[in-house]
Amino acid sequence: MSEPTRLAVRKTYKLFIGGAFPRSESGRSYVVNDAKGNFWANASQASRKDARDAVSAARKAFGGWSGRTPYNRGQILYRIAEMLEGRRGQFVEELRAAGAGRNAATAEVDAAIDRWVWYAGWADKIGAVTGSANPVAGPFFNFSTPEPMGVVAVVAPDSPLLGLVSVVAPVIVSGNTCVVVASEPAPLTAITLAEVLATSDLPGGVVNVLTGRRAELAPWLAAHMDVNALDLAGAPADLVPSLEEAAAGNLKRVLRPGAGDWTADPGTRRMTAFLETKTVWHPVGV
Amino acid sequence: MSENVFEYAPAPESASIVDIRPAYGLFINGEWVEGQDGRSYKSVNPATEEVLAEITEAGPADVDRAVAAARNAFDNVWGPMPGRERAKYLFRIARLIQERSRELAVLESIDNGKPIRESRDVDLPLVAAHFFYYAGWADKLAHAGFGPDPRPLGVAGQVIPWNFPLLMLAWKIAPALACGNTVVLKPAETTSLTALAFADICRQAELPPGVVNIVTGAGETGRALVGHPGIDKVAFTGSTEVGKQIARMVAGTRKRLTLELGGKAANVIFDDAPLDQAVEGVVNGIFFNQGHVCCAGSRLLVQESVAEELLARLKTRMATLRVGDPLDKNTDIGAVNSAEQLDKIRTLSQIGEAEGATRWSPPCELPSRGFWFAPTVFTGVAQSHRIAREEIFGPVLSVLTFRTPAEAVEKANNTPYGLSAGVWTEKGSRILWMAERLRAGVVWANTFNKFDPAAPFGGYKESGFGREGGRHGLEAYLDV
Repeated sequence: MSEPTRLAVRKTYKLFIGGAFPRSESGRSYVVNDAKGNFWANASQASRKDARDAVSAARKAFGGWSGRTPYNRGQILYRIAEMLEGRRGQFVEELRAAGAGRNAATAEVDAAIDRWVWYAGWADKIGAVTGSANPVAGPFFNFSTPEPMGVVAVVAPDSPLLGLVSVVAPVIVSGNTCVVVASEPAPLTAITLAEVLATSDLPGGVVNVLTGRRAELAPWLAAHMDVNALDLAGAPADLVPSLEEAAAGNLKRVLRPGAGDWTADPGTRRMTAFLETKTVWHPVGV
Repeated sequence: MSENVFEYAPAPESASIVDIRPAYGLFINGEWVEGQDGRSYKSVNPATEEVLAEITEAGPADVDRAVAAARNAFDNVWGPMPGRERAKYLFRIARLIQERSRELAVLESIDNGKPIRESRDVDLPLVAAHFFYYAGWADKLAHAGFGPDPRPLGVAGQVIPWNFPLLMLAWKIAPALACGNTVVLKPAETTSLTALAFADICRQAELPPGVVNIVTGAGETGRALVGHPGIDKVAFTGSTEVGKQIARMVAGTRKRLTLELGGKAANVIFDDAPLDQAVEGVVNGIFFNQGHVCCAGSRLLVQESVAEELLARLKTRMATLRVGDPLDKNTDIGAVNSAEQLDKIRTLSQIGEAEGATRWSPPCELPSRGFWFAPTVFTGVAQSHRIAREEIFGPVLSVLTFRTPAEAVEKANNTPYGLSAGVWTEKGSRILWMAERLRAGVVWANTFNKFDPAAPFGGYKESGFGREGGRHGLEAYLDV
């Protein structure tokens, strides 16, 4: 008699809010199939209430995260890269299940890890690059420093790992916190990435991940009065005008969807889009 | 004769240097043209209510014409022009402004109501300085940190307010032109005259036609400009309410947007601050330009232990402020810009009293004609009071107190605005601690209301997007 084949222990994909992994308060989920069309998992379908909880968690985390030294934030971002490296195999398998070939999946995971490392190094440099000492006329010391905006709502693109990393890292590296609406067709990697974040010394609430319907969640985030900025990287084109319009309610900063080539050199644009500039004046005299 | 032997004699600046035409057209493609539908409105001197001139109200067809002229100039002349040549035009403009600064200062005071002391010593020097500053950038854009070859956006539609008519024009036009854009500018309907005088300066500088176009009119003209499909960039300075409307209009388009909006700045005074210096800062913070300043220090947060003494000194100082003829060189506080604005200041002040705050103004005789409001301070103000939450845009100060630095930060940041803040203390480490925590785009420590073209200015939160001034100010007009 042959040994019975082992039954796999499947993963329950939940949300990631305030450092914890709750199910949607709505009790809803939606089916995610693999590339062959077979059932893969039920992803949580987040609700308006989940989105609001995520914003609260992000706001609560903002003071502590933005108050850390840039050096410390850089260390934590690098730690995320370390954790990601340790789970390379898991991410390669997930990307393959979503349809990528082995080489492509491996290349994407490597690129995502390298991108975290790249952004980790920016934590204590972006201030030096974008700040300035201003030569004003008159006896004043006058300088400008960049500061994070606060809570950023991110509609993530459909590139399930590299795209996701490319939009989250530049938001948090400078001290912002965020609520991310994961790719709707490919949401599962985002939750696996959340497991990496949860074990990387990243304080709970700095990154919050919602899976579900973009058209349902994004409008609430765009209109939320405690969200300071909006990244529309993965927003469907037909939703963009109404999301921008809703964002005007409290004059959120909006980063419009771009070219979407996530393998390209990211430059500093995604970081500076979520920075304010503070200029401080002081008289000089004896 | 007055019982005060130290009373100043009047020292009026002569208005004869200014030649105001009875009627003005629109400045489009380097020419003065009539509005196509023949509508116009009257511009009045807010200090006397005399009609100064008939101003053309530009309609959608006029805006069309202006945008087409700007596009043509961008495509064929200004866009392709080497930066070093654009720089020379801007230097020329800066020099012409210096040469005509007395005329422009007098005209600004007549048109806006601001004291000649301020238009002469603050506005005009800064206007010239902005053109000089950005002139120097025109051929150095590759060094500005936006890549080796940053490109202009195209045609900029710019809408500016009435509180600093010529200075806001300079803040908008100088960086736009330096970066290679062309502009269509709409000045505020109550203060168009210096923008129209600037058109003449563009002609004297032989600026190519269409690079600067000026369309006058009110909100409808502004909407036509902001909504025009032919512009690539919208820049607006004004109220947060209108800023939100503009953000909605621009939503879903390719247009780039920068907004400089309202504020409700806290001026925080600690018990170790040099009190007389702080009183000067408070006065400069809220009574400069009649309080018509988006970054005005309209909320005074004073540490409880020195509140009584500071208020006594503030009231003594306020009693020396001279309100009256803007053209008198002794005048500290001029006229409120319009009847409508005066009404708003009066209404909010009445609400302040009705909500339970205590109102005080020094004995102060106001002219019988024109729009005037005495410097006013409210004490016993709670954070929930409308006078502590809403932008009054007038010479009205609300006083609140605090006990600890943490409480000061909490109260200072308790507003949807985030444009500016002030800190007064002798302790350097506390200044830096406060500056770090105040959520505002500009923090003045032991000073207030200072501006310079080399320093970025702009707000957090609902005070707007983007920065004007400095290297940062270039970003608004470059495709980055």
